Amino acid sequence: MNIKRTLAIALAIAAAAPTIASAHKAWLRPSQTVVAGEAPWITVDAAVSNDLFYFNHVPLRLDNLVITAPDGTALEAANSATGKYRSVFDLQLVQEGTYRIGVVNNYVTARYTQNGESKRWRGTAATFASEVPKDAKDVEVNESISRVETFVTRGTPSEKAFAPEGTGLEFVPVTHPNDLYAGEAATFRFQVDGKPAAGLEIEIVRGGTRYRNAQDEIKATTDANGEFQVTWPEAGMYWLETSLSDDKVSVPEARGRRLGYVATLEVLPQ
Amino acid sequence: MRPRLTIALTGMLALPAAATGLDIEVEIPRMKVAEYHRPYVAIWIENSDSKAVADLAVWYMMKDTAEGKGSKWLPDLRQWWRRSGRMLDLPVDGVTGPTRPAGNHALNIDAADPRLAKLAPGDYTLVVEAVREVGGRELLKIPFKWPAAAPQSGKAQGSSELGTVTLSLD
Repeated sequence: MNIKRTLAIALAIAAAAPTIASAHKAWLRPSQTVVAGEAPWITVDAAVSNDLFYFNHVPLRLDNLVITAPDGTALEAANSATGKYRSVFDLQLVQEGTYRIGVVNNYVTARYTQNGESKRWRGTAATFASEVPKDAKDVEVNESISRVETFVTRGTPSEKAFAPEGTGLEFVPVTHPNDLYAGEAATFRFQVDGKPAAGLEIEIVRGGTRYRNAQDEIKATTDANGEFQVTWPEAGMYWLETSLSDDKVSVPEARGRRLGYVATLEVLPQ
Repeated sequence: MRPRLTIALTGMLALPAAATGLDIEVEIPRMKVAEYHRPYVAIWIENSDSKAVADLAVWYMMKDTAEGKGSKWLPDLRQWWRRSGRMLDLPVDGVTGPTRPAGNHALNIDAADPRLAKLAPGDYTLVVEAVREVGGRELLKIPFKWPAAAPQSGKAQGSSELGTVTLSLD
């Protein structure tokens, strides 16, 4: 009975949490990251899978797609579609410079019982008070902020699109993410709520996992400045992930907060 | 009268070596392939920090086609794009030009050319990068000293997308 109940709770939590909270890997994969020409188009795949970068599990939903243009303004994707295994959208690079493309999920989730019935809710900190009923009992609240990002540059790389919001876990490039080359070292910084995220464990996996026997993951830990360095062993599309749990909640009832970050980075050959 | 003129000309040719520039010859090899497209080629000078200090020539498809603008594929000249191309507003007068057919192509850059005249004395590398649609990519380097105190020559032999590349400063 006890085991069954624990399992049920675990499953319920897993189901309620955004897709990134599962063991699967969420990712955005742009058709190319270094682009030239007048107002060229790129296309981006968005999926959640175990293998990189193959569509074989579920699509990554595009409801919270945020595209930041080189001048810092927000852009809309074109031709968005979500299929059985992946979502896809196009983007025209009208401006020259670096674009940040991300799916940013900022949720508050709750489990509660009402009139003896077990219920689940997902919303935001703003809607929590009005949507979770006042007579709810055994309320368990969790918060989650996750970002799944990638970067694309047309022409000269720029940095304005990197401007952090100061909420949750954010990636602050020191080395430009569209200036990565095999055999060279790159430095990146992470911050939590605008402050350096020290001691963060980073996992980096190169794509094409279907054609090799091991993940060959690269591990790194951020220093006191929230920075870490990675030397790219070879060219390819890489998946970078890190996460963190803390108690800096915005809804007083929340037990804790889970922060996740994923980036897809392309490393070019020399 | 005639011998005198010859002597005068010879005298002019004997001016200090610094007055001459770079003589570059780039061979685009003939290919036996079913689908051939002329390569994109970039020729530039790097300093000892691998920084591009002078673009000498970039040959690419400058016309628009049904497949889009030829400039779309310039990042395939990977090193050149990283070192210089992505910072440029293309096309560049005196640098960019249309693709060239298989054969030997000579490039003479006069010492008075602003791209050479501005170079500080030191060690440099001539870099030639070629990439071909549905083909491969090759990059060759020839080091040289600028300005040339004595005649210099260098040669690099390509094996796929480039043939022989020679550089002479005399």
